[in-house]
Amino acid sequence: MEAKIKEMIKSVKKGDQSAYEDIVSFYQSKVYAICYRMIGNSHEAEDLAQEAFIRAYVNIHSFDEKKKFSTWLYRIATNLTIDRIRKKKPDFYLDAEVRGTDGLDMYSQLPAEQALPEEEVESLEIQTVIQQEIMNLPAKYRSVIALRFVDELPLAEISEILDIPVGTVKTRIHRGREALRKRLRHV
Amino acid sequence: MSCDKHIVNLMHNYLDGDLTKQEEQQLRSHLQTCQACQKHFHELKRTLSLLKGNSDIQAPTNFTASVMSNLPKERKRVSYSRWFKAHPALTAAAIFFVLMFGGIFSAWDQDNQLSYPKGKNLVIKDDTVIVPEGVVVDGDLVVKNGDLKIDGSVNGDVVIINGDHLMASAGNISGEIEQVNQVFDWIWYHIKDITKSVFAFTNK
Ligand SMILES: [Zn+2]
Repeated sequence: MEAKIKEMIKSVKKGDQSAYEDIVSFYQSKVYAICYRMIGNSHEAEDLAQEAFIRAYVNIHSFDEKKKFSTWLYRIATNLTIDRIRKKKPDFYLDAEVRGTDGLDMYSQLPAEQALPEEEVESLEIQTVIQQEIMNLPAKYRSVIALRFVDELPLAEISEILDIPVGTVKTRIHRGREALRKRLRHV
Repeated sequence: MSCDKHIVNLMHNYLDGDLTKQEEQQLRSHLQTCQACQKHFHELKRTLSLLKGNSDIQAPTNFTASVMSNLPKERKRVSYSRWFKAHPALTAAAIFFVLMFGGIFSAWDQDNQLSYPKGKNLVIKDDTVIVPEGVVVDGDLVVKNGDLKIDGSVNGDVVIINGDHLMASAGNISGEIEQVNQVFDWIWYHIKDITKSVFAFTNK
């Protein structure tokens, strides 16, 4: 598939717009899901995913064909989404670290009252609950979690997409997973 | 939950597929003896399956169409060339037409000399080519810039370009006779000619 995508990109670079259609339809759900995981509502996720594809098209000449297209595309999508989150809620929490180097310290970082009460949980779709709990994580954890669990990307690729060291990706995944473990325990 | 955080790290590394055989053994033997860590590990795995289990989020319908309609317009040249690719026969005709126009016109202009096939016992009188009585021309006969009078016979088609077939003549033509006297006739003649050879080629 990657080879086929590369062929299509060559056509797009030559100016053949219709070749882009297959690219969009191939990646649409992945990009949409990543945005959705990060922003938490479907309307905005669609808006961001659309914008990501349009930007990728406009800037297609800056895409290095030796690299993986999805890495580049996901990078555009996550950057746009992070920007949107910042504009929406420019408070400290977005960039906040979940402090501590391991899961045990997470307990002190995440107040117990943020977890949903059990009765409320039962009335909600499990999907909604999971998303709500993801939304309780700082944005930079969300992006790592989204990439890791939407497309099951390897840590190295996530590191390239988000332009952060692999070690940082690892830490964020561990902490994010630890936080979600605690929050989803009762689901 | 009083275990070494090292064990929790091992769990996460395990889930990332990032554990040496030795570390895996260490984790395994700890989990066999420690209930708290067992529970922790189980919860982590469950969290993962929850996250992965609903990763089938689909883009809204019409997503692709909506992206496509919001893209900046592509350059005209490309849409033409795509149209050409989609319509190869028409494209061939169009390209042929463009290329040939120049060539045909110049051929028409430059070439005012009487021309006829040599070595067929034809008689030339002024600008008239005569197939004398008793002479049989085998194959097609093409005469340019002159009239043609057939007293004998032609076993093939006759084409007269920029000239007349002198009807007084009473010879035999086994094929068709065609007169080409205008520029457009001339072009048409060429197109038919080339089309025939193209088809002959593609039919092979
Ligand atoms: Zn233990």
